[in-house]
Amino acid sequence: MAGASLMDTLFQRTLEDLIKGLRQQLIGEPAFISKAMEEIRREIKSTDLSIKSTALLKLSYLSSLHFYDMSFADFHALEVLSSPRFAHKKIAYHAISLCFHDTTPVLLLITNHLRKDLTSTNEYEVSLSLQCLSKIANVDLARDLTPEIFTLLSSSKVHVRKQAIGVVLRVFEKYPDAVRVCFKRLVENLESSDPQIVSAIVGVFCELASKDPRSYLPLAPEFYRILVDSRNNWVLIKVLKIFAQLAPLEPRLAKRVVEPICDYMRRTVAKSLLFECVRTVVSGLSDYESAMKLAVVKIREFLLDDDPNLKYLGLQALSTVAQKHLWAVLENKEIVIKSLSDVDPTIKVESLRLVMEMVSETNVAEISKVLLNYALKSDPEFCNWIIGSILSTCSGNVYGMIVDFDWYASLLGEMSRIPHCQKGEEIENQLIDIGLRVRDVRPQLVHVGRDLLIDPALLGNPFLHRILSAAAWVSGEYVEFSRNPFELVEALLQPRTSLLPPAIRAIYIQSAFKVLTFCLLTYLLQRESTASSSWPDNLQSGVPSSDLYESLADLSVGNGASATVTPGEVSPSASLEKNNFSHESIVNLLNVVELALSPLSGSHDVEILERALNVLGFIDLIKEKVLNSSAHKENSSEGKEVEVAEIVQLMHDAFSEELGPVSVSAQERVPLPDGLILKENLIDLEAICGDIGLPSPNSFSFDSTSYEETVGISLSNLEIKEGLEQSNESTSLLAEHRKRHGLYYLPSDKSETISNDYPPANDPRSQDIATDDTNDLIKFAEQSFAPRRKPSHTKPRPVVVKLDDGDEMPIVTKKPDPKDDSLSDAVRDVLLGSETIIGTSSQSNLSDKPSSKRKGKEKQNRDLHLELKENLVDDGNPSSRRSKHHSHEKERRHKSPRKKNAEERRDNGRKEKQKSSHLHGRHRQRADEPSNVSAQIAVIPDFLL
Amino acid sequence: MGIRFVLMVNKQGQTRLAQYYEWLTLEERRALEGEIVRKCLARTEQQCSFVEHRNYKIVYRRYASLFFLVGVDNDENELAILEFIHLLVETMDRHFGNVCELDIMFHLEKAHFMLEEMVMNGCIVETSKANILAPIQLMDKTS
Repeated sequence: MAGASLMDTLFQRTLEDLIKGLRQQLIGEPAFISKAMEEIRREIKSTDLSIKSTALLKLSYLSSLHFYDMSFADFHALEVLSSPRFAHKKIAYHAISLCFHDTTPVLLLITNHLRKDLTSTNEYEVSLSLQCLSKIANVDLARDLTPEIFTLLSSSKVHVRKQAIGVVLRVFEKYPDAVRVCFKRLVENLESSDPQIVSAIVGVFCELASKDPRSYLPLAPEFYRILVDSRNNWVLIKVLKIFAQLAPLEPRLAKRVVEPICDYMRRTVAKSLLFECVRTVVSGLSDYESAMKLAVVKIREFLLDDDPNLKYLGLQALSTVAQKHLWAVLENKEIVIKSLSDVDPTIKVESLRLVMEMVSETNVAEISKVLLNYALKSDPEFCNWIIGSILSTCSGNVYGMIVDFDWYASLLGEMSRIPHCQKGEEIENQLIDIGLRVRDVRPQLVHVGRDLLIDPALLGNPFLHRILSAAAWVSGEYVEFSRNPFELVEALLQPRTSLLPPAIRAIYIQSAFKVLTFCLLTYLLQRESTASSSWPDNLQSGVPSSDLYESLADLSVGNGASATVTPGEVSPSASLEKNNFSHESIVNLLNVVELALSPLSGSHDVEILERALNVLGFIDLIKEKVLNSSAHKENSSEGKEVEVAEIVQLMHDAFSEELGPVSVSAQERVPLPDGLILKENLIDLEAICGDIGLPSPNSFSFDSTSYEETVGISLSNLEIKEGLEQSNESTSLLAEHRKRHGLYYLPSDKSETISNDYPPANDPRSQDIATDDTNDLIKFAEQSFAPRRKPSHTKPRPVVVKLDDGDEMPIVTKKPDPKDDSLSDAVRDVLLGSETIIGTSSQSNLSDKPSSKRKGKEKQNRDLHLELKENLVDDGNPSSRRSKHHSHEKERRHKSPRKKNAEERRDNGRKEKQKSSHLHGRHRQRADEPSNVSAQIAVIPDFLL
Repeated sequence: MGIRFVLMVNKQGQTRLAQYYEWLTLEERRALEGEIVRKCLARTEQQCSFVEHRNYKIVYRRYASLFFLVGVDNDENELAILEFIHLLVETMDRHFGNVCELDIMFHLEKAHFMLEEMVMNGCIVETSKANILAPIQLMDKTS
């Protein structure tokens, strides 16, 4: 067998051969790789470790660059790992860190290998295993290897210690209890003078602090020392990041660091450090005016720089500033707006974000208008960015920014007509939402909806279907505000609605039903009122003489009153031209509806089918009677008349129930009825139904082709649509459509002037060059971004219905990740000790003394330290406890005449015991060493008091 | 976690080195690399070196035919990451001498080794070229 093994070794393809073969590609890459994989599968089973390791190396290569699964080699990797040769180990560790993860079954077997290598005398073996551990550690590994990591944290070899520090992050994350063991060592390393160690440890603390900054406040003096002392930009950047987290929590700390940071800002030539300073100031120290001013100057320099990177970062910094210091943005508004037309989409998006920050109640209309014009000329992606951000800005805080809802409704309509618009769903939601919430906007909404519905070209664009469904719903629901309901019915039932998906088509039919009912009701009402000449024409002032009439009049009065937007406007029902509802027009209407819907009674889609049949059934019910009653109008029998009216009124009542916005959490508030078990296991059911097979989702609708058709048509229609802007144009379009397909239309009841020329597909002002537009923007910005007084609105803001419990998504009380939580708990326990502080008045007095008395950095640190402590007390934060890893503190405690009551002391004692119980074995001994200047020693004298 | 991944991709969009600091399945990696490469390679020299992607940011830089792409958290200092990329290139340059795509292809494990010396758990732990290269040089000597 040895011979065969030797042959194998000699003729085995190395990684280099593999790569060369791949590059030559004689037989095509997939074929070549699958052949190589075959070889690897064979070779990896070899008993010869060098063959095995080469195979593993090749496999790692293919896995990492060509995405081949290597999980079959998990165990083989472990075998290679047990090799005594360093080269093999290296390959194995690389493979393991590539393919092992938390759920790898053989992960358990690696613990001992790692432990062996972690305690190896060869520092490179140690470093290999540390690097591997930093990628694959799970709870078990982290727990089992914590003692080894602890030892390595004070290794004399800098290389090893550095990597042990690096691995700690992963270990803490997976096994928070490791903090109790290792944290003190970690903090000691913070005081190290070795630049390598400092750069590693600062990185670790930066990560830790970003998760829970408050716990690391006691370490501020150390960070401060590094901030002042270090000359390494990498380190400084990380420390600045830490201070950006800590400074907002502790005003005195902010006061202390603001000077050195400004100093760096003035002095440094490294842009990365400069940017980090700026970012620290704008995010953490924005209350310090001089620092802010300096930062804004630097931001401006960035913005004016030719380097697009700096420009981008400048914009980004500005957007951080925007919430608190809008002046900084306004100072640079020209640059911001110019950036909207930058060549770089990343920069464009960032500047758009900034522009949206500048939006306020007073300028929202203007900005939106300009941006929409801009969107028309942008590429589709950015166009949708613009639309999306306008939508989200305007709808934020339950439309808090909108005063003039009529304007907003028209804006939504305009938006829908932008050719690239793909935000149909959002616009749909908002159209319906403002309809439900804002009573006063309904007439305008109906108007906007009508303009959208009436345009046959829009039906071809699948992105618009959702908007159209909202428009249809609005027109049906608030039909009483419509100026011409007949037109609406025609629009809702036009032949091109076949392009719509079934669900939306059903909404169309339902809306047509509502409109129809409304027309009939108004017609009957009108006839009744004219029939008896004693009644005045005005419905609202009509003196009711019959019960039926009374209720109808009430209804319309109610509607009219609710719809009154401005005083003086007549009730919409009354505003309808009376002669619209002539007998002929109603008959006509019924015919139109019947003709359009009767083909649908054979529809394959249940939803459409049902709605269509509903309407047809309703028409059947009343048609004859309406016709008859008119034929013998003079001698009509009262009974029949009333009967029809009753049916119609019944239908109308069904639709006239006001719909309101529904809270997101409404469902949750419905109590669970008794006997309903929601969580019952349905596995049994599945066993029964298993062989039946679930119906495919398509089974209800057979016209899956219609959608493809829709898409196809939409493409050809996109161009046509571009030209459509004005609603009168669309009316003419409808007219044109009617002319072409007159076959499908019924004769119109009123003579319409039909324009002969098809509106040209004019390109929407794209001749304007972008620069013109930018200039417009700038000009406009000068006028409108400047802070000015709120103009007194001529029209008061209408009432927006808000729900008590907030309309936003229910704020899920975010439970902190238990792991994170336990991590920060552990850190606090270790860092802040277990002693609550009382009677620190003497201390705070001390620290209030001006620091000028003391000189030298060390003293400064101490000062800072004291200040911090004092604040912790001021905070009254129960979890804020004293930090005590400093020797000078111990001295102070002896000096300061503090009195503690017995209870406090007992409390201390108990916590102390708890704490020491966490430390076990040698760790405890180490922790008690005097060099640690540990809490235990500091507290003991207190016990004796 | 500051750095999420480091990728080296050539002009044709082929990955030459991939190092992730969080576990992703092969499929996720394939999708991620595809998306990123499509996004970044289409950009011109005049555009900035940062691309927002999903919930993080990609900082990239092109050296000759090779793109270096680093995925970072949003609060990472972008300029520092650019410097990090440059440091990585300089380090490889010092070791290979005028580093090119082929060097990385044929010495992938060395490139990985350098990267591992520089970054642990997504944190940059070492920034001195001499320190990064010391173990590799020692290994070259002994083998």
